Amino acid sequence: MNSLLPLFVVVPLASTFLIMIIGRFVKDFNKYFTAAVLLFLAVFSYYSLASLHGGLALCKVGGWEPVNKVPIGIYIALDGFNAIVICIINSVGFLAAIYSISYVKRYTGENYFYALFCLMIGGMNGVVLSADLFNIFVFLEISVISSYALVAFGVGKNELEASFKYQVLGSLASFLILFGIGFIYWKAKTLNIADIREAFKSGYDRPYYLFVELLILSGFGLKAAVIPFHAWLPDAHSSAPSPISAMLSGVFIKAVGIYVIIRLFFNMFVITEGMAILITTLGTMSMVVGVFLAIGQWDIKRLLAYHSISQMGYVIMSVGIGMILVARGVRHEIAVLAISGGIFHLINHAAFKGLLFLNAGAIEYTTGTRNLKEMGGLARSMPATSATSFVASMSISGIPPFNGFFSKLIIIIAAVMARFYLLAALAVVVSIITLASFLKFQRYAFYNKPHDTDDRKFREVPFPMVLSMAALSVICLLLSLLAIPAVRDAVLTPAVDILTSTVQYSTSILGQ
Amino acid sequence: MKGMSIIVKKTAQLISGMIFIYGIYVIVHGHLTPGGGFAGGVILAGSLILVTLAYGEEFFKLVREEMGTTIVESLATISVILIAVGGFLFGSKIFFNNFLPRGTVGELVSAGVLPLYNIFVGTEVASSIFIIFLSLIIFKEESPK
Repeated sequence: MNSLLPLFVVVPLASTFLIMIIGRFVKDFNKYFTAAVLLFLAVFSYYSLASLHGGLALCKVGGWEPVNKVPIGIYIALDGFNAIVICIINSVGFLAAIYSISYVKRYTGENYFYALFCLMIGGMNGVVLSADLFNIFVFLEISVISSYALVAFGVGKNELEASFKYQVLGSLASFLILFGIGFIYWKAKTLNIADIREAFKSGYDRPYYLFVELLILSGFGLKAAVIPFHAWLPDAHSSAPSPISAMLSGVFIKAVGIYVIIRLFFNMFVITEGMAILITTLGTMSMVVGVFLAIGQWDIKRLLAYHSISQMGYVIMSVGIGMILVARGVRHEIAVLAISGGIFHLINHAAFKGLLFLNAGAIEYTTGTRNLKEMGGLARSMPATSATSFVASMSISGIPPFNGFFSKLIIIIAAVMARFYLLAALAVVVSIITLASFLKFQRYAFYNKPHDTDDRKFREVPFPMVLSMAALSVICLLLSLLAIPAVRDAVLTPAVDILTSTVQYSTSILGQ
Repeated sequence: MKGMSIIVKKTAQLISGMIFIYGIYVIVHGHLTPGGGFAGGVILAGSLILVTLAYGEEFFKLVREEMGTTIVESLATISVILIAVGGFLFGSKIFFNNFLPRGTVGELVSAGVLPLYNIFVGTEVASSIFIIFLSLIIFKEESPK
């Protein structure tokens, strides 16, 4: 198991360049090969999650053993937390690849699409698996640069503008991150996350690292589109081809943004209460402002993109509450509850936001428009899209049998128990506004009077698209099972343990 | 794209070969001296770009050349990955393991797989920089005057 970990990076990278060669000569090789590769990665990620048993799998690339207990090689580690993120990346990626089989036919240069798609997956897997700060940056650049190209894939006016904006802000973020990594390397003299944590034990230069923490937070905050840094997200996520929007919104901002913030602030920096309060404030701001920006939108994909900001706010707020409690060193069980609620919502958001973007793509595929005012009455002509988007809308608004309800419930209960009553109330209000804006989406797209009287003009989308939408809506229902204590103990508790324990991550990496 | 004057052509003819050989020298001595795959690859691409600029090229030939270079680039990258996987297959089950005999320090054929990595990285860098150059020329030729 341990030595097979680099497969998560090697397989997508190799398939990128195989597609570039063989895809030129063999027709249809690219789409089926991509789907097969991602199926393998998805199965392998679930196998890895199941074989962890709450432990930590470590791979030293190139077989470079530590010298005098100082790690000199590049480490790749899989623990309870990033195993979950790896599962999300590869399963949503697999379904998006299946969806692309019919969707991407309308673009020229399909070969480049699948090559860039595999490259992006490889980059994200690398970011999530890496236990080395500089390697995180390298893989981040791989995935982000391929996402710039994918956002501009339609090569229209809007796509190019969105991609340019994304590139400017993304480069700024990369610069801030590299600057922060440089400062850490200067002081700690190592790049291994666990080893940096060890170096902090001998003394934590508070003002110096406050600056570094702010650099890292704003850099990865830009990648995660937390509210003051969100300007690129609605354009980029709405201009990309729909399977890519699903990947960007459902997976990308989590893998390269939220995951790294959570990992670094829990397992590398020494948590301080001020920083935790700042993170919670940013999360609350994104949650509230995002939903107010979303409700006025008439472009479906822009509406969904703003909701991504808002739902990510839930995750950051909930993890931030846990961080405050961990920093104060009080009421550990509530901190555990808050963080597990955040991670649960992160998993759920990947399922329902991926599904919603696929639905938006299906509507755009059939009607050729993204404007809610120009559509209506699609429920009769597109029953599968209508049913799956209903599941997704109810999940994101937190209606009981679906997964969103349970994660939001855990977040709100944790906020109340931690005596952050205002945050709990805001979470409830935001959830209600989310429900309102998704009822608007349902009504205008599916149940209103048809805009075009000739409603037989529209047909259901092709089978691969229906298949991946149906699979994601079943996942939306099944994820509710994570609320059952036994399942939660098996999946979420190892993730929370590795985050809340101050020494577990560093000792288990340096000890092996 | 039109070529340049006879003076430029002759000068390019004289020095491009030397630049190319120097690039190969930097690549194969990567494990012994400063330089290596990336630096040598850039030098190789420099000589290719020099010849293309001096002599000029027909548009369709440029497009074909770009396609060929893309394939070379992808093959080079796949070779790097294959060597990494080779470390897994013929050794102690570790990716990027140095599975070839190390030889004597300081000799040209030594250091196990490192010279191979350098050669393929050099090919990859040379072809990708040449592709960037070709794409810019093709874009300029395509755009209306």
